[in-house]
This record gives sequence, structure tokens and C-alpha cells, in this order.
Amino acid sequence: MRRLDLAIGIGGAAGQGIATPGDILARIFVRRGLHVNAYNAYQSIIRGGHIFLTLRTSDQPVLSQGDKIDVLMPLNQDTMNRHLKLMRAGSAVLFNSDTIKPGVVPDGVQLCPFSVKALAPTTRGDLVQNTLALAAVLRLIKVEFEILEEILTLQFRRKGAAAVAENVGVARAGYDYAATHFTALPFSLPDTGKRLAFFEGNQALAMGGAAAGVRFYCAYPMSPSSGVLHWMARHARQLGIMVRQVEDEIGVINMAIGAAHTGCRAMCATSGGGFALMSEALGAAAMMEIPVVCINVQRAGPATGVPTKTEQGDLWQVMGAGQGDYPRIIVAPTNIGDCFKVVPTLFNLVDKFQCPGIILSDLLLSEGRSSIDPAELDFNVPIDRGDVVGLNGDGPPVNGGFKRYLVTESGVSPRALPGTPGYVHVVATDEHDEDGVLISDEFTDPHKRQAIHEKRMRKMDGVLPLLAPPVLHGPADAHVTLVGWGSTEGVIREAMQQLAEAGIVANNLQIRWLVPLHAEAIVSILSRCRAVIIVENNYSGQFARYLRAETGIVAGGHIRKYDGEPFMPHHIVDGVTAILAGSTKRYVPVHEIQV
Amino acid sequence: MKETTMATMAQTEHVKVTVKDLKGKVDPDWCPGCGDFGVLAALKQAIAELGLQPHTVLTISGIGCSSNLPGYLNTYGMHTLHGRALAVATGAQLGNHHLKIVVTGGDGDGYGIGGNHFVHAMRRNVDLTYIVMNNQIYGLTTGQLSPTSSKGMNTKSTPFGSVENPVNPIPLAIAAGATYVARGFTGQQKQLVELIKGGLQHRGFALIDTFSPCVTYNHDNTHEFFKQRTRKLEEMGHDPTDVHAAMEKGWLWGEVIPIGLFWRRQDLPALDQLEPVLGAGGPLAHRPLGVAPDIARALIAELM
Repeated sequence: MRRLDLAIGIGGAAGQGIATPGDILARIFVRRGLHVNAYNAYQSIIRGGHIFLTLRTSDQPVLSQGDKIDVLMPLNQDTMNRHLKLMRAGSAVLFNSDTIKPGVVPDGVQLCPFSVKALAPTTRGDLVQNTLALAAVLRLIKVEFEILEEILTLQFRRKGAAAVAENVGVARAGYDYAATHFTALPFSLPDTGKRLAFFEGNQALAMGGAAAGVRFYCAYPMSPSSGVLHWMARHARQLGIMVRQVEDEIGVINMAIGAAHTGCRAMCATSGGGFALMSEALGAAAMMEIPVVCINVQRAGPATGVPTKTEQGDLWQVMGAGQGDYPRIIVAPTNIGDCFKVVPTLFNLVDKFQCPGIILSDLLLSEGRSSIDPAELDFNVPIDRGDVVGLNGDGPPVNGGFKRYLVTESGVSPRALPGTPGYVHVVATDEHDEDGVLISDEFTDPHKRQAIHEKRMRKMDGVLPLLAPPVLHGPADAHVTLVGWGSTEGVIREAMQQLAEAGIVANNLQIRWLVPLHAEAIVSILSRCRAVIIVENNYSGQFARYLRAETGIVAGGHIRKYDGEPFMPHHIVDGVTAILAGSTKRYVPVHEIQV
Repeated sequence: MKETTMATMAQTEHVKVTVKDLKGKVDPDWCPGCGDFGVLAALKQAIAELGLQPHTVLTISGIGCSSNLPGYLNTYGMHTLHGRALAVATGAQLGNHHLKIVVTGGDGDGYGIGGNHFVHAMRRNVDLTYIVMNNQIYGLTTGQLSPTSSKGMNTKSTPFGSVENPVNPIPLAIAAGATYVARGFTGQQKQLVELIKGGLQHRGFALIDTFSPCVTYNHDNTHEFFKQRTRKLEEMGHDPTDVHAAMEKGWLWGEVIPIGLFWRRQDLPALDQLEPVLGAGGPLAHRPLGVAPDIARALIAELM
């Protein structure tokens, strides 16, 4: 059987109802065990503007939004005009011919006009065109009408039997019209007999936090990180998590630090601008040696930037956040499932090493949606709180002799929670001695400062061996190695498949743990590679500069994108081709469509 | 909990706490004559008189002369960032609502850089006792204008006199939702101890703005200045449950400057009392981690 690969694009203005047909389609696919990847290109506007949702399904894992569209559902003229250039031969465009004029399409693209006035003359709802188009799409891909009927019945149940009957009737009209007027697509949706789960990266991060045992979550709303707050708020009571919306991001991180100091696993999320405000307090967490996890969901910057668009532009910010040197662990999950898995791992590390941990996500990952095998969502994860006295409010008293910042070989000193009898101590953001007494004012002492600073920084030596080193994915003797970090994994791997079809053998080194960096392992891998090209979603090649600083490796080529939209696979294919041909060292793809 | 630990804890609980027991690891490095000595002494006295065990108290401060206080006190302490003590304290209170949390700091720390957190901690009615050592000057940075400096005051940063109106923390706190609003003066030690005790016993946000003169940089608002002008509210026949009277007295500044309890209401629950998550199961910080299998299944089912 040939591989199924179907991409459906739904576009229109905000408020026209793009999410609902998208959700219904995704649900139908994952219930048949098909993989789904969804990316919504949108604007910061409540009504109007332009939104374009790409929903791609396959019987194989879907790694990116892909390059082409098989079914286009333009809900307004704007979408019709903008997106026809993405249509693949054999594709179809379904549109309401009452309001939308057909565009000029390439050969082999089927125009499927339907008239809302003719098919649903008695219905007055604005969203009738969506229901008609959705039903027609399902007919084109040969999904039984009963499935749509069941979903519509569930959806409109609360509005009463009349509403259900009306919507099912409209859907029936669209379905039957498509059967007689349009040519079905050469796809048939298999049913694997297995159901998949479907979620967005922000939900995955929040659920990962729940699995890790987060007891305190706080945030200030900021796109594209707010999804974490929404999930946490909705599930707070069920899971026993204190969830708070705070006055600003400075308050957020400080509140999380306060909760963490008492012994709660505490997490917060924001985007680049909010993270900038948190910088000072992240250093404070390191100085007081309080574990806390902060998620930065990157959007296009600087400043307010493009709130609804993706970028990998905060790498240097998170590496340099806060003044002075301090231990911190930074990880960039490489796919949506990884967003879930990375959180408990990071919490164990920050608890063990008593320092802040940063998760570097981005809009593509966090608001992008993906199917996942529910078996991969393992909530029964190992929990390691590190060396903590009095986690349950008890501990043998040492009455006055407790050295919170005891200088140890590992740099980690046992921690005691407030409330524990016999361990009274003060933690401070000023430099302090082993007892927590300030050596910043009266008792300054260069030797003590050096010893305690080295103790803190030594922790990082202990972190590295606990992190999995990066592994080369693909053939070892490839023509070219594509190096990426974080969210670009999926699109790079899909580009590798396309390159292979064009006779170029590529492999991929995707970096997940950014700080500390497995520099030696990376050098040993890349020194054996024939050509190295670094792929990243920013202007200045932040990762390329970091790699050069840490390893001395200077990549032969760079593919960079910073227009706000994520890479499509062919952007990388074109870049590799151009760089290998020697026509450029730095390839910046042009995004074909305006969204 | 193991039996031996239970016995140890019980023992600890019954030890009588004296002011001496509350002495920190080092002595204060404040200037001789600084009002902050009086606040430290009053706080120790209040803790001892209420019989609070040192390990059950968490003292949190920001940055500045007065914010060094936790280091001079034998309770759990956090010396956090400039202006952030109330945010940290809110997290700590919700993380372990069995702790008695005292927040200490100065006027610049609390009403200047920390102004936003100040307003929000009060509207949330977090169960905290906030003692502000108000000296109307920036001391640690060698004498610049503070948010409470009087209009016209000459400082290093206002050599021709400040043209700005000062913050008045008393009406601000009442308006923002604090449920215990008092003003003390280090020259009235006995009253200050009572005000702090009242704050510690109050369930909700308690502000004790305290005149704590800076003998080095503020030559206007001296110990003598307050001694001549302060008048106790209890002697003025003030009713602390009358919000209008509290506001009115809060605005008095001149020949008569009232000190004492301006405003108290006890009918509003504190934030932790409103949080269903804290309803049963003790402090969040001590709860076991992990998601029960049936809940995990329900969470995954939502995605299918």
C-alpha cells in the first residue's frame, strides 16, 4: 500500500471558525490511529486578519507541516488568493461560490465550488460554509458520514435536538453534493485499530510538570506560553497544584522561588520579553541554591517583536540571563512528545544540583500540535529530590550547627526546608559563607568568596555526565550533516528524506541539552563528518556562534530563517543544494505565502 | 513520622523562647543610633512573647540596610532581591501555609522598586506580617531621595529640593486591601512590640509601617522630629474598624503624626484560606509527588 500523506489547509479571518473543523478532522484521524501534525499560522488579532491552519496526517509519524496542500478550504477570498501556489497536482479547493471567486489554479487541481445559498437556504448561521466544506472534504477522502454525524451530535447536544438536526442536515447536504459533483481524492484513510492522543506542546509541557510533581505553578499571560497556564489552571484542583496568575514576570519567578524554597517543585513559563524580566531572579535562585524551572517559549523578537510568530532567537539571552557566573541547566526539547518527557528529567537535575533550569521551547513546538502514542505519556516517572533534610517536616536536629552552604567536592550542600526543627539558617542573594552569613558588607573575604563561588560553579561538572550526549541520526557516511537544536528536528529529518530522493545523503545532529554542552562528544562526531550545515530559526546564527565558542567548530554552511514562520522541508533542501553547489554559505529561504 | 522525631519535635515545641534565643549568627552592622535596632529588638520581643518557635518563623527581606535584618535573627531567613521580598513571601506562604512569615525591609525596597508587589500582595490579602523600616531616605546608597521623602527635601539626588509628592503607605494600604494597617515608631518600643504582635496574630496581610530614623543621611526626619509630633491613635479615641476614620487619620501629617493601629478587619479570609487546593492535606511543600494512575488515565483520555 502506498504511504498516506494528506495535508489539509483551512484559512480565513480570525473569528470565521477555523479551529473547530480543524479539531474535528484531527480527532477523526487520531481515532483511526493516524499521525497528525498541525501548525496554525495566525496574527495577534481577535477578529479579522488572516489565519491558516495546516493539518497533515499520515500512517507514518508526521515530522512537519510539509510543503504542499492536498485540500484547501478557503473561508474567504484572501485565503483563496494567498494559498493556491501551495497546491499539489491532484489536490482540491473547496469554497463557497456565493462569496468567493475561484482563483487560477495549475493543471490537475480540482476546483470544488459549492453554494451555501443553494445547499442550506434555510440556515442563517455564519458557520454553515465550514460545515458544508468539512462534510465535502470528508466525502472526498471517503470517511463515512456516520462519523461526522456522531461528532456533530456531540458538539451541538447542549444546544438541543433542533440544533443537532439542523447541523447534521447541512452536513448531509454538503456530503451528498460532494459525492455527485466532485472527484474523490486518491486517498483512503486506513484504520490502524489503535487510537492516538493529540496535544499541543504547551499542554505537553504542563503535563510533564504534573508528572514531575509540580506543586506550584505561576505565570503572567504571554503568547505563546499561555497554554501552559491554561492547562495548569484547569487541572489545578484535580492535581493539587497551586496555580497563580501574578502581577508581572518579576513577581512570577520570585513567587516560584519562594514556593520552591519551602520544598515545592515550582515551575513558571513565559516568552522572551517576560524572561528578560526574570533574569535577575534566576541568578538569585542560583545564589540561594533554590531549584526552580522556567520555560521560555520563544517568539520573534526583539522587544514585543512578533507575538504570534516563531523564532529561535533567545539562545544567547537564556545563556546570559542575569549578572555574573552561575550554574544553570538549559534544555531545548526537540519535538512535542519531548516537551512532556523533558520536564521530570530537568526537575530531577535541578533538585539534585539546586540551581535554576530553563526549558527553551518556541511557538512552533508550544502551539504546534502533534499526535502521540498514549503509551509514551508515562506519568510514573522517577522522582529524585536530591539531598533535602526535612521534606516531610522532620529531620534529626543539629541545633545551630547547620551549614547550608557547606563546601563540598560536588558543590552540592544538603538543603533544609524552613519549618524543620534544628536547621535554622538564612539564605541570601548577597555572597555569603558556608553558614549563610553575608560576606558582602562587613565580612568581605576574597578567600571565602572564591571558595563559595567555586563550590557553586563546580555543580556543572556533575551535571554533564548525567546528560545523554547527542547522537548522529541517519547514515554515518553522509554527504552532509545538518546540525540543529530544539524544534527544528522534525523538519530537518523530513528534509533528509527529500534529499535522499534527490541523491544527497544527509544525517542530523540535533542538540537537546544546551547547557552544559557535550562539547567533546560533538567535536568527536562532527570531526568525522564531510560537510556541516547549521540550521536555525534566527538571523545571527546564535547556535553556530555558541558551537564555535565551545568547540572551535566552524560550520561550512548555514541555513537561517527569521521571517516568523517555521521552516518547510523544501527550504532546507534548497539550502543544502545551494550550499553544496558552492553558490552561498548562508542560505535564507523566502517564505512563499503571506500569513 | 518516626516516633523519635515526634518526641524531638514535641520537646522543641515546649522549649520557652527568649529574646536571647532569637539572636542571629552575627551582630548588626547598622550605624550606631540607627532606628533599625529598635525594630529588630521589637520583633524579637514579639516573637518571644507569642512563644513562636524559631524554626516555625520565616523572615524574608529585600535589599537595603533594613533588609539585612534576617541575618541578625535566629529564624529561618531569606535575603532576596531588591523589592522582591513580598513576591517571594507570597510563594513561600502558599508553599507552606503553616509557616509564620515575616517580611522586613525599607521604604525604597517596599514602596519604590517593590511597589507593584506591595499593591498586589495586599489585594490578595496574603497572610504575611510586613514591617517596613521607613526612614524616608536611601541609606545604603548614601542618601538619595526615597518614595517617602517629604516634598522639598534636599538629598544627594535632589540638591535643590524634591518636587515630588511622597507615597503615603497608610491610605494606600487601606485602599489596596490590607486587612491590618499600623504605623509604629522606634521611639515607642512598647507600642511597636504590641503592633508587631498584633500583626503576627492577624490572619491576612498586616502592614506595620515604622518610623526608623536614619541618623546618618536624613537630618530632617530625626528621632527628635518624630518624638515631638507622634501621637498614639489609642489616645486619640480612634476606632480601627472605621475605615473612613482610618483614611482620615492616615492623611494627617504635620504637627500631629498618628501612630498605632489605623485599620483592621477580620471578616475577610486570607488567600490561603480561599484556595481549595490547600483545603486538605497540609502544606503543599510536604505532599508526596506523583500522579495517581486513575488521574493520569483521565488526563490522557482528554487528548484522545
